[in-house]
Parts: sequence; C-alpha cells; structure tokens
Amino acid sequence: MNVYADNAATTRTSRTAINAMLPYFDEIYGNPSSLHSVGQRAAEALLGAREKIAEILNCTPREITFTSGGSEADNQAIISAARLGAERGKKHIISTEFEHHAVLHTLKKLEKQDFYVELLPVGENGTVTAEQVEAAITDKTCLVTIMFANNEIGSIQPIAEIGRICREKGVIFHTDAVQAAGHLHIDVQEQNIDMLSLSSHKFHGPKGAGVLYTRKGIPLTNIIEGGAQERGKRAGTENIPAIVGMTAALEEAAEHLDENAEYVAKLRERLIEGLSEIPHSILNGSRDNRLPGNVNFCFEGIEGESLLLLLDSKGISASSGSACTSGSLDPSHVLLAIGRPHEIAHGSLRLSLCEENTPEQVEYILQEVPRIVEYLRSMSPLWLDKVSGKRKFILE
Amino acid sequence: MALYSEKVMDHFMNPRNVGSIENADGIGEVGNAKCGDIMKIYLKIDNDTVSDVKFETFGCGSAIASSSMATELIKGKPLSQALELTNKAVAEALDGLPAHKIHCSVLAEEAIKAAVQDYYKRNNIPYDSSDFPDCESCGACEAVH
Repeated sequence: MNVYADNAATTRTSRTAINAMLPYFDEIYGNPSSLHSVGQRAAEALLGAREKIAEILNCTPREITFTSGGSEADNQAIISAARLGAERGKKHIISTEFEHHAVLHTLKKLEKQDFYVELLPVGENGTVTAEQVEAAITDKTCLVTIMFANNEIGSIQPIAEIGRICREKGVIFHTDAVQAAGHLHIDVQEQNIDMLSLSSHKFHGPKGAGVLYTRKGIPLTNIIEGGAQERGKRAGTENIPAIVGMTAALEEAAEHLDENAEYVAKLRERLIEGLSEIPHSILNGSRDNRLPGNVNFCFEGIEGESLLLLLDSKGISASSGSACTSGSLDPSHVLLAIGRPHEIAHGSLRLSLCEENTPEQVEYILQEVPRIVEYLRSMSPLWLDKVSGKRKFILE
Repeated sequence: MALYSEKVMDHFMNPRNVGSIENADGIGEVGNAKCGDIMKIYLKIDNDTVSDVKFETFGCGSAIASSSMATELIKGKPLSQALELTNKAVAEALDGLPAHKIHCSVLAEEAIKAAVQDYYKRNNIPYDSSDFPDCESCGACEAVH
C-alpha cells in the first residue's frame, strides 16, 4: 500500500488546479504587462486571481502581492516592516523560537544590522500567548512575526488575540500562515492581521507561487528589483499558470474547509491514539489545539532517518526532525524549543495527513510504525541499555 | 531513494551480523545519544583472528549500513587486518556515502578499534595507544556542522 503522509512538506497538485492552469501554458500565454490582447487576457486572469484570493482572505485586491512562495513572502514582509521600523528608530522585533527558517534566517540577517530580535519561548505545548507578546512589546518594537500554525508539530497560535494586542500598541503584526492557509479559517480583518504569507503547494496548488497580504498603508520594500509588476513591489513576469492554479486550489480548499478539517482530524485522532500505545513515546505539540492533519511523535531509543527509510520501503512517505534528516548535527529546532532533549528529538516522526488519506491507510500506518520502531529498538544499543537498566528512560 | 547507493540500502535493509555475542572477547562502543548515533561492536577472537563479530547501532541508515559493512569486512580476518580497516575502506565498500554521512563510516572504524583495544586490555596484551584515537578527539562529529 502506498501512503503519502507528508502533506506538510508538500501536497499533490489537485486536478482542479491542473485543469485551471492548463490553458495558461499554450492558449493564454501572454505577458500581462503586454498591451496587446494576448497579454491582456493574461492580465485579466491575474486580476481575477487577485480578486478571488482577496475575497477568501477578506481583504482588498490591492493588498495582495503574488510571490514565488511562502519563503519570499516571509522575507519581504519582515524586511519591509524592519525598514519602516528603522526609519522611526524602532529596531526591536518579536518572534518565536520555533518559526520556519524563512523567518528565523531573515531575522538573523537583521540582527547583523543592529536589530534586536526577541524570540519568545513556546513551552511544551508549542504555543505562545497574547500575554507573552504584550509583555514583550516596548516602544521600540516595530514588528511581531508569529506563525499561524507550526509546520512540524502543528500547534495553532492565538493569532486574533496577538493581532489585537499589536493593533492596540501600533505594532505591525505579520503571520506566516503557510501551514494554515487552506486548512484553517483565515480572515485578516477579524484576526487583526497586518501581513500574512501563504504558499500554494501546501493546499494542492502548484509549487512556485505564494501570496503576501499587506494591509493598506504599509509600504513594501522590494526584494526583487526590475519591472513594475505587483505595483512595483515585486519585479518579474508573473507566473500566471501557477497563480491561476493556486487560486483554484485555495478556492476549492476554502469551499470544503470545514468538512475536510473534520474528516482529516478524525484520521489524526485515530493515528494519535494508535501511536500512543507504543511504549516510551510522546506526542509533540498540543493535544487538541493542532492542525487537522498533523501528527508528530518521538520514539525513545531510535533515530528518525532509519525509521523514515524503513517506512519508505513499506510505501509510507513521512518526515522527521532528526539531525540526519536536517543535514546538520542538531535535531529540529522546533523539538528543542518545546523542550525535547537532543536524544529524544532524534527519534521524531511527523505524519501529515490530508483529505486524500483514508482510514485504511491510517490502519496500515498503525500496523507498520510499531513493527519498525520495535525492530530498530532491537538493534539499538541505546535502547538495550535502557531496557537493561544501564541507562534511564527519558519518556514514560 | 537516491540519497544512498544500492549497496548502502542493501546493508541497511538487510544488515549483516546484527546482535550481540555472549562472552565476547572485546566490546567497543562509540558515539553518543546527543549526536544521534551510537555503535557497539562485539568481537570473538580465536588465535588472533576475528572468528565472530556482531553489532548494535542506534543511528541513521548509513550508520547501520556502515556497521554492517564493517563487520563483514573484518569477519574471519586476522586481528592485525581488522585494526587496519579504515573508514575510507568502509565507505568505498558501500559504493560511497553522501559527504555529510562520512562520519558514520568513521564511527564504524572507531567502534572496531575500540573493541580490539578492549580485547587487548582484558588480556593484558601490550599495544600502542596511538593506534587507538579516542572518540572525543576525533572531531568528525563537529565537522558535520
């Protein structure tokens, strides 16, 4: 059986998105900046996409900037808000320890330009509170950037409350909503969001397209210089097929959001329940306040990459926060941020589901994961030392 | 998966000489839990020859494959040859490892050396300690950063 359970990494491009895109490769292939009718048809498609996405997010089309994806949107949002802050002598930025690297690495760069970046702790549940944000804001704060939901452990942040605090204090609030868009309700008005990033391929759209919502009155700083596309704020001929595909995918996701969330959350609950039976394991992230499709566990005594390879040999695609999968010696910064020791973080497994997954697939995962964990433990000197009492168990 | 050669995948999926040896003549353990890999080698020595060898490994695919290959390379060989096993030989026998996984083959070499050293110590056999670099001074783990 083949089970794709890595939907937080990327999703299958939906038939709806593909069909929407196809005419824009060889029929309506014009450059939207061209004056002729071939180009103007593309310009119409671009306008239509902008209007549709604005409607879904509850903003105006002018507040939508198309980007190459979530990372670019995060970069541009943060750099823009930082520049505005610097102009007013405000160089304090608040974020969290477990943001995506698109945010953390951009903040690192700003630190070198004398910005003071404060990363709030997220606790074992992987959640920050509006109170934490309120306490951290000073008269030098120019930006609060906090993700909508975490990509690894799925914990959802109190975005509307954080946004309200920021609004009261006159601080720009950006949220990286890459994991949330298409899966959770987003309303930039209700949720007091000033800037928001989303990425097409996380909700069955094509790769290579994203959106930066920027509330009217916040001027953007260019990351890419060149032509006057996107009101001069993001140069480069628009990726019309991807933008059209993204819009079709987001429209479909928004239409079925509640039913999908309910269905996927049921699969998630079964998976969490089943995996919890593995001894010396622990669920990462909040038990209840998590993305419908996110399941993340640590299994003591084993290493994540070998677990992934064996799962892959059984047709199951998943991911891990172990060092060997991160390409460095340190395991996932997210798992470390919620207090998992290195040793435990190395043994992590993320399964991210979507509405295409079935209960049968979940049962198959529940059949294979315990077997593989047991097999790897049987050859792990670390595990065997714990069983024999030479080392102490960390997880119950 | 294209990440690893077919040889690595074969030794990972079907590891040779997994397990422990009761009353082993030498045991070596290297690596640590924090870094995410530990290798343990058990040796049975008869007439200065590795008559049997087993391993236990906590680690990634290439760590398990490196352990498996290393045990195959020294099984039945004279101790002197086992001591000459280099990480390079392990990596080459596996048709290569990705650059950031070379330290797995280093661990395999060190685990075997540690087991031989243990055998020498237990039997009061004199040895040159410079042949046995300790794990901490190797630096391979830090080099991965």
